[in-house]
Amino acid sequence: MLLTLLVFLPAFAGLLILLLPADRAAYSRWLALLGSLVALAISIGMFFDFQTGGGFQFVDRAAWIDVGSFEIQYFLAVDGLSMPLVVLTTFLTAAAVLVSFSIEYRPRAYFACLMVLSTAVLGVFTAMDFLLFFLFWELELFPMYLLISVWGSGRREYSAMKFVLYTVAGSAFMLVAILALAFSAGTFDMEVLGTSTITTAVLPLGWVFLFLFIGFAVKLPIVPLHTWLPDAHSDAPTAVSVMLAGVLLKMGGYAIIRTCVTILPDQANDYGIWLAAIGSISVLYGAFVTFRQTDVKRLIAYSSVSHMGLVLLGIGALGTTAMVGAAYQMLAHGLITGMLFVVVGLMYERTHTREIGRLGGLARQMPLIATGLVFAGFASVGLPSLAGFIAEITVFLGAFQKHEWAVIMAIFGVVLSAGYILWTLQRVVFGPVRHEWDEADDQKHWWEHASVIGLAALVILLGVYPSLIMDMLDPAIGVVSARVAG
Amino acid sequence: MSELDIVGPQLAILLAAGAVLVWDALLPNQRKALPYIALAGILGAAIWTSTWVIRGDFQTAFDGTFAIDQYAVFFQYVFAGITAIVVIASIDWVDRVGRRQSEYFALVLTASAGLMFLAGARDLITIFLALELSSIPQYILAGWGKDQRSSEAGMKYLLLGAIASALLLYGMALLYGFAGSTLLTDISAAISEHGADNRSLLVVASVLLIAGFGFKMAVVPFQMWVPDVYQGAPTPVAAFLSVGSKAAAFAVVMRLFFEGLGEQFLSNDWAMIFAVIAAVSMTLGNVFAIVQRDIKRMLGYSSIAQAGNFMIGLAAISIAGEHFVQGASGVLLFVAAYAFTNLGAFIAVIGISQRIGSDDIADYAGMWRRAPLLALALAFCLISLAGIPPTAGFWAKLYVFNAGIQADLVWLVIIGVLNSVVSAYYYLAVVRQMFMGEAEEEKRLAISPTVGVALGVATVGVIVFGIIPTPLVDAAREAAAIFAVS
Repeated sequence: MLLTLLVFLPAFAGLLILLLPADRAAYSRWLALLGSLVALAISIGMFFDFQTGGGFQFVDRAAWIDVGSFEIQYFLAVDGLSMPLVVLTTFLTAAAVLVSFSIEYRPRAYFACLMVLSTAVLGVFTAMDFLLFFLFWELELFPMYLLISVWGSGRREYSAMKFVLYTVAGSAFMLVAILALAFSAGTFDMEVLGTSTITTAVLPLGWVFLFLFIGFAVKLPIVPLHTWLPDAHSDAPTAVSVMLAGVLLKMGGYAIIRTCVTILPDQANDYGIWLAAIGSISVLYGAFVTFRQTDVKRLIAYSSVSHMGLVLLGIGALGTTAMVGAAYQMLAHGLITGMLFVVVGLMYERTHTREIGRLGGLARQMPLIATGLVFAGFASVGLPSLAGFIAEITVFLGAFQKHEWAVIMAIFGVVLSAGYILWTLQRVVFGPVRHEWDEADDQKHWWEHASVIGLAALVILLGVYPSLIMDMLDPAIGVVSARVAG
Repeated sequence: MSELDIVGPQLAILLAAGAVLVWDALLPNQRKALPYIALAGILGAAIWTSTWVIRGDFQTAFDGTFAIDQYAVFFQYVFAGITAIVVIASIDWVDRVGRRQSEYFALVLTASAGLMFLAGARDLITIFLALELSSIPQYILAGWGKDQRSSEAGMKYLLLGAIASALLLYGMALLYGFAGSTLLTDISAAISEHGADNRSLLVVASVLLIAGFGFKMAVVPFQMWVPDVYQGAPTPVAAFLSVGSKAAAFAVVMRLFFEGLGEQFLSNDWAMIFAVIAAVSMTLGNVFAIVQRDIKRMLGYSSIAQAGNFMIGLAAISIAGEHFVQGASGVLLFVAAYAFTNLGAFIAVIGISQRIGSDDIADYAGMWRRAPLLALALAFCLISLAGIPPTAGFWAKLYVFNAGIQADLVWLVIIGVLNSVVSAYYYLAVVRQMFMGEAEEEKRLAISPTVGVALGVATVGVIVFGIIPTPLVDAAREAAAIFAVS
């Protein structure tokens, strides 16, 4: 029951928020904060209660729809792969609530959407019935669409619709693959699917793998399916960018490991080289395009494409080390990019511009925010002792033997990332002071900095004490890589 | 007596139709009672149908030309539900139009009796008579409005309907010429005996039958009348046409083709025809629906696309065993889910357009603030039409797609799923308009209680079967199972 409680707690909080009377709308943020903090507490409790290497835990299972050959369960569980992602989600939800604490336009609807979004993502990470998984995957679209199109900026309706259409087109293929798999295996149960050997389906299994992969790769995103991401990021409100970069992209990587690789290990072996190649192309392409960006949020968005390419590279190597690295990279990227977006959001609130050309010398006028930006930037570059470094080095170590060239290309991409991040920091934070921003108030509200500090603390923690997470990931991923190895 | 017992439900409705006319002649001042007499008749039909379910002793009447079995019972319930909802939703509208109320209800009831006869017809002549019994009142009803557009709709519907009937008769004549009998079972026997030698004749007959029924189903290329008639006909009538005659056409096609023309070599041919029609209908219906500004026209084109979805189920049937039940029950499930959903959508449109005097989608902006319950109900119905959980429409689509996958029609399912993506775009555009658009005036809309009741029933059905689909799926499987034996 604990897992069910955790998954639906945010949505329940969202419902309560919607029921608030109009003259009490200001309370919605407190309700959202309360809901997300309780969820965070529950997930941390589960994290420490988790039996490392104990397979699927906190199982909630019930028959839901059971007609003929068509059995769908309500089945939630976590293992070493999903547990850290669950904590990441609850943590970033709380951070996102704090970031949007000052929101004034229709706050009830806003926080309700944010809470439902959190439930959907938690559901994706914990659902172990393939159809339930798909339902949660689709559920995430509604709040995202509304959040971007109503509370966004710029071409928000275009971006929101683009986001939805890309995702839905991907999930169309995913649904076909899910049905084909379920028909040949006779079950939607992902635990059973992940332990049985599927040899035939109505589609060639390679196609099934490809269809699933397309659905997830849109979310990851890979080049060339990434073009929705910069648009969505640049037009989304800050908190939504945090959620999008922090956890929504991870749904893609998580799902590739959980379903593509685990359920179809033979096909994963066949296509691993392609995954690695696409991954390192994403790393390189993302890095090159990042250089050309003049909008800070678009810049971070493209750097996300580059960093998520590493995840795919790690998965493509299929070894335990490489996949652990990929999972670790998801966590690290979630925290670091989440932090980048938070800081940039704070900056934008004060300057009302994201044009790098118009910014400069902010270290003087807003030292705290500038510090946050520099810290997050360094973490993004992969500075040792911060989370990103551990992730990147693990991916490279694990993947090098198998896909030498892909790794070498990707390392080059990482070098580029040092270039664009440092260059950006130089232009935005340092350099001549612009007196336009003299009046900017560095520390307006406590909540703005609470999330920055929390994120920074976790980035450091994961950087200096990786075994906290690695020990949990290792056995869970080991099962997957053992299946791939035959 | 036992034969009257078998057609009891239909008789109850026809009696109510007579009673409505007599009541109006004798008590012209008591017109308020007319719809309730009609409802009493429908209730009687439903109860009579239930006695057959309880008796469980299904049988045929009139020398095997008419049957009451699980299949017929399923559709009789569906038609009773449709007619009841349409009658309730019409009360307000008929009251305002104010003329010839008794005729209106009598015609609706007669058409409904025709639909019910269709569900159990097992003989070409019975099928044709039942079809005309349901069609002729619908031609009149389509032209019921006072304005020119309604007259045009009625005329168009009549002329095209007559051509369709002619095609149908021609196809039936060919079948009769071949088999020497109009009974479906005899035709089936004749085909299995020497059908293979006359394959081209049978294919021509199938094509003619499909063309004739395609008009009623409103699939491409027999769809030209749909948008004009839906737009021109009074909205309650359009609602009735969009679900009643479509559902009946699918009911009779399934029985005709499986009982009569189910021989393997032939079913491969017509299944392919159905598959192509399904693909074309979905695609064209959706593409045209996107550009519509009038919500009734939009629903018209969307109903063409939906018919394409049903048809995936028809195509997914190779007569052998389990697949067949999947496809057939998929169609039944879809028919039932679609009936509730589309009725709900049309009734919401009735409620709104009566008050704002416009069918323009742009005028639905901000409806959430002006009529919250109506907007919410319409939103749920549109979401169900788009096939998004947690609604009945989702399970219907899932089930039909699943049947398609199992029948190796992967290409068709991919087209279907991609079409769902396209359809989500225009359905959700209306939802967005209602919830996020800014209304020009904030005045609250008063909703008549009868429209509220009808809409409530439909919407609750959509949601309840969305969360607990098992009973409906079970009923559909049982109904479809009667064919599986032969």
